[in-house]
Amino acid sequence: MSTATATPPARTSPPPPRDTRRPGRLRRSWDKHWYAWVMVAPVVIVLGVLIFYPLGRGILLSFTNLTEANQLAEICTKSITGSEVCKPNPSAWEVVGFDNYVDLLSGRVGEFWRQFGVTLLWTVSCVVFHYGIGLGLAVLLNRPLRGRGIYRVLLILPWAVPAFVSAFAWRFMFNEQFGVINTLFEAVGLDRAEWFADWRTALLTAVVTNIWVGVPFMMVTLLGGMQTIPSEQYEAAEIDGATPWQRFVNVTLPGLRPVSMTVLLLGTIWTFNMFPIIFLVTGGEPAGGTEILVTGAYRAAFEGIRNYSLASTYGVLILSILLVFSVLYRRALRKQGEVW
Amino acid sequence: MTVTPMAAPAPKAPGAGPRGRSRRSPLASIGLHATLIGASLIAVFPIAWVVLSSFKPGQWVQSSELSLVKEPTLANYEYVLTQTNFPTWMLNSVIIAACTMLIGILMSATTGYALSRFNFPGRRHLLMVFLVTQMFPVAILIVPIYQIMAALGLINTHASLVIAYLTIAVPFCSWMLKGYFDSISTSLDEAASIDGAGPFATFWKVILPLARPGIAVTAFYSFLTAWGEVAYASAFIQTDDRFTLAYGMQQFVPQFNAQWEYLTAAAVLVTVPAALVFLYAQRHLVSGLTAGGTKG
Repeated sequence: MSTATATPPARTSPPPPRDTRRPGRLRRSWDKHWYAWVMVAPVVIVLGVLIFYPLGRGILLSFTNLTEANQLAEICTKSITGSEVCKPNPSAWEVVGFDNYVDLLSGRVGEFWRQFGVTLLWTVSCVVFHYGIGLGLAVLLNRPLRGRGIYRVLLILPWAVPAFVSAFAWRFMFNEQFGVINTLFEAVGLDRAEWFADWRTALLTAVVTNIWVGVPFMMVTLLGGMQTIPSEQYEAAEIDGATPWQRFVNVTLPGLRPVSMTVLLLGTIWTFNMFPIIFLVTGGEPAGGTEILVTGAYRAAFEGIRNYSLASTYGVLILSILLVFSVLYRRALRKQGEVW
Repeated sequence: MTVTPMAAPAPKAPGAGPRGRSRRSPLASIGLHATLIGASLIAVFPIAWVVLSSFKPGQWVQSSELSLVKEPTLANYEYVLTQTNFPTWMLNSVIIAACTMLIGILMSATTGYALSRFNFPGRRHLLMVFLVTQMFPVAILIVPIYQIMAALGLINTHASLVIAYLTIAVPFCSWMLKGYFDSISTSLDEAASIDGAGPFATFWKVILPLARPGIAVTAFYSFLTAWGEVAYASAFIQTDDRFTLAYGMQQFVPQFNAQWEYLTAAAVLVTVPAALVFLYAQRHLVSGLTAGGTKG
């Protein structure tokens, strides 16, 4: 995500490749850029230790059969005299190659494909509504309008609520016995719905919650993007006799492109990995029917006999899916001439 | 409440100046306001409903009768604050989130500056890495980090959560601060360097003070991230007195015999302070986010 727009005061032309003068290229590069490297060093070190080292371990774990039950290399028992006797664990974990992947992808263990399908449904519906509603509200708020400030604050409110509180609030409202949504349904003559009895309605509750949680972010970012579009473009379009809809399609949308592309990519990634909403609103009910990949992985790792290796396998697969998606996304943008 | 479809009022030129209002037909005006009022109601209703419910006695919270407030009482708040571990959880959350915020900002401020100002070899890669870390599902890091924490004996400590949250906060803070530094004119850097200041002095004496709003907003955002995190908190913390709010509040709504009245009161207590600061900070937050997102 980097173009060269970023104002480098000390711009470095890339060193000519054939340059054999003493101090070596690395040395000269260091002399020139050492302060920049020193400045980024803490973060690079932290990223390395806290993210890439665990990542490497996670990938390695996915090739073992490590679980809570077989994680000890030795089993120690206290003898009567108080001394400890340790024997190698006969069923200790071992490297099993691609077994986890085969098990998971063939459906022998867990419900990967079902969860993958739910995740796709979840991600697509959330992102489409986030973007659509966010864009609609941003367009409305971007015009001269009485009470604009008040609307803006009210519409941003859901963003100010921590996600786990929102999740609890919506689960409370969707409660089958006394939830206000069922009460309102009844008041207008509809049947009470058993939201968590069917995976489709249960997923719907989570999607509604997540839409409510995520729209303000989209709205505000798109609003920010709209305000950077020069008004001359609108004036020119107006002089050319463009209808409001034409102005929206030909001026607003292209002007929003850079912001849209970023928020759509980030929004997709965030939603794909959105843990708390599913975990707290549906809890995977009914019977794992609304589990997405991330919560499935969490359950593998921390519920029942903790299957650490299987959870890591999930993690590697999720990351691969997102990486492939991002690469394709970027490529599609490039094809349309977006330099990004 | 009338909710008109989103597209009802034809989109008119944004930023078209005050002419826009006079030219809008009354019907379009009504549609516009109706849509916004409807959307605002939807945005506010869940919050209002939780607040209202928190003042009701238990039997009215869990009743299918529709009532705004019935026999208002502060008993739920009193119970949550005196009879449960809620204050301890709150303190835990504050400590953990504050540590995450401080360490995260300290580390990412210089990085954001370097990314914004210097075109050093590796810059593009680092920006790429920040983006890629956004893709890391909790699932891939949580087990290895859990095992490392277990090996270090840090399970069930605040430190384990702070370390885990840094993996989320550091890339994001660096990214956002870079965006904020981008919005500060480079002519200031040039002036400082003409005055003989090195890059570190320029950063420390000239740019950092100017970036204070951006730092504050990023700090707040990382605070909120740690404040609301659920997965790590659920996995790493085992005893009641060490829970964070996000995990502790699940105690109020077990599978059976959920105590929604206490949950609503706790929700209000958790949200009000965070929301006040958030609303104060959000303007800067957005400009930092969009700047960071659109400029490479």
